Amino acid sequence: MEEEKPWALVSEVGGENGYLEELADIPKQHFQIICYREFLQNPVLHGPKIQALLIWKYCPAAEPSLLRLLPSLKVVASAGVGIDHLDVPFINSLGVKVANTPRVVSNATADFAMGLLLASARKILEGHHIAVDPKTTHIPQSLMGVEVTGSTLGIIGMGEIGYKIAQRSRGFEMKILYHNRTRRSTEDEQAVGAIYCESLDYLLRRSDFVMIAVKLTSDTTGLIGHRELSLMKPTATLVNISRGQVVDQNALVKALQLATIRAAALDVTHPEPLPRDHPLLSLPNVLITPHIGISTYNTASRMVEKMVENALAGVKGLPIPNEVKLK
Amino acid sequence: MRRLCYVQCMRRLWGPAQVKNLHTSVCQLQRKKVMEADKPWALISEVGEQGYIEDVTDIMTQHFQIISHRDFLQNPQLHAPKIQAMFVWNACPAAKPSLLTSLPALKVVANGGVGIDHLDVPYITSLGVKVTNTPGVVSDATADIAMGLLLASARKIVEGHQIAVDPKTTHIPQCLMGVEVTGSTLGIIGMGDIGHKIAQRSKGFDMKILYHNRKRRSVEDEQAVGASYCESMDDLLRRSDFVMLAVNLTPETTGLISHRELALMKPTATLVNVSRGLVVDQDALVKALQSGTIRAAALDVTHPEPLPRDHPLLGLPNVLITPHVGTNTYTTTRRMVQRMVDNAVAAVKGQCIPNEVKTK
Repeated sequence: MEEEKPWALVSEVGGENGYLEELADIPKQHFQIICYREFLQNPVLHGPKIQALLIWKYCPAAEPSLLRLLPSLKVVASAGVGIDHLDVPFINSLGVKVANTPRVVSNATADFAMGLLLASARKILEGHHIAVDPKTTHIPQSLMGVEVTGSTLGIIGMGEIGYKIAQRSRGFEMKILYHNRTRRSTEDEQAVGAIYCESLDYLLRRSDFVMIAVKLTSDTTGLIGHRELSLMKPTATLVNISRGQVVDQNALVKALQLATIRAAALDVTHPEPLPRDHPLLSLPNVLITPHIGISTYNTASRMVEKMVENALAGVKGLPIPNEVKLK
Repeated sequence: MRRLCYVQCMRRLWGPAQVKNLHTSVCQLQRKKVMEADKPWALISEVGEQGYIEDVTDIMTQHFQIISHRDFLQNPQLHAPKIQAMFVWNACPAAKPSLLTSLPALKVVANGGVGIDHLDVPYITSLGVKVTNTPGVVSDATADIAMGLLLASARKIVEGHQIAVDPKTTHIPQCLMGVEVTGSTLGIIGMGDIGHKIAQRSKGFDMKILYHNRKRRSVEDEQAVGASYCESMDDLLRRSDFVMLAVNLTPETTGLISHRELALMKPTATLVNVSRGLVVDQDALVKALQSGTIRAAALDVTHPEPLPRDHPLLGLPNVLITPHVGTNTYTTTRRMVQRMVDNAVAAVKGQCIPNEVKTK
């Protein structure tokens, strides 16, 4: 029965970029797994067997040079909802389908977005550093943050994740503005008390917290640059849980240095991780996390399950639950 | 007399209309000077350093002449008889008998903040002095910080930042896994104003909310936030993924969470404390965290504050500690000072006091 299982190529199990051991058991239920390193030792032998390419944290990279070595490939299944790292038209042109894992990522990412917003607003990181610093002798009186309750949250990108962020911020009595390619239904808006802003500029001017929850496309690359940052309030916080390239990082550095905005909280940067000498790393008003928006066992295992489900359907020639189709 | 002569002189130099304006201005100035001197005196801790931020002093000086504890101590015999109000902020100045009995005109000890565990209310009121605090105005900011601590601990935000900025980091880590917040069970111990607002906030995360309180809340209150009452605190401890302490510190709640309670909690559970350090048996907490009895703790309060620099809590990887910043926003701090002053003004004038703390 083992021999009948189709072969899937993965990055690695364990190690710095690989699957946690517990997560790797999931693809092993349905596939015979080969790791990228082992594959490279004899691509001529292993290549023709591979029917599915499973991508976790961008690896293995679905480059033409790799895809060329996989003549039997039927599906590229990525864990996560973002597909900016995949050249979908090119992959499709090889007769290979592409799949992602929308929806399963949304709750954890929305939770994380709120966590970043609160941690930045209320200076939780600085607070902890002071609390544990060997030199601390007194409780500081001047560690002041900004009020979250009753403040204005501007959500850029009101897809599933943006909407769940709105749901969460409602409990904090935040006024919610949003900007999206298409306006949401009245029911959707009323359910979370969100007000549509046709003008992104208007949202930027009015918000105390600007939350970026778009996906990365050619339209959203560099969406937030010098101009947009200068429209924001000097007391405002930028939170980014989408992709690093949505923000012009050089512009962001300047804005933070000049106090054009108060602070930034970023789960995503470009590249990841940033070069160790990047100015963002040393600014006092920046909170950076290493792309852990979905990092809970619960969510990660559901993502891998979905990815495997998509891959299995692709290999069997059945309709793929989360196929990425181009418009 | 001198004022009259001055005005008469001016009348000869200028026309009558201008002199009338000048007269009015002089009267106003003099009235203001008299009013300034009429303002009652209040004893405060200090401005700056460990005391009030500069930005809030105008709220106090609108109604009081203020003297810092340091200045007061330089000449207590001169200053003491004038003091009608004492403002207490972060438990300073300490409302000790030796100080209180030296203030013969004292009418009120007005606290900034809702917790009054540092004040001996029965003793102070026995001196004929009122005690006030500032409930309500602290609740939103404290509930916000409670959620911030919960999320930061659950999702390892502090560890994440440390890795993200570490000079030695070359790759995004794979094993920085946190615990799921959405859909998890939050057990709130102490469902007063702050506890209820925490419940409101956690509802948006689809958390199941259990609560334990001295008295059960109304059905409307429970339904508004989807909270289920747990008559048994043990039951709440067993079922919760996040245990949130939001009680006030009393003899009943001192050491409320100790070895036994921590052992009832899930090994995957997180303890969050925004009440007072003494509600938790800290030695028991250290052991529970070291042995994996619970997953983690997030504390805005400890005992003492700050902890001694060699305290084991400071070195544990699964502890997040913030230095009592629960109300630390400019907006909330100003509102607290305003309320503290309003309470003191009412007490000094013998009027109805908004937030008097009465002994039961």
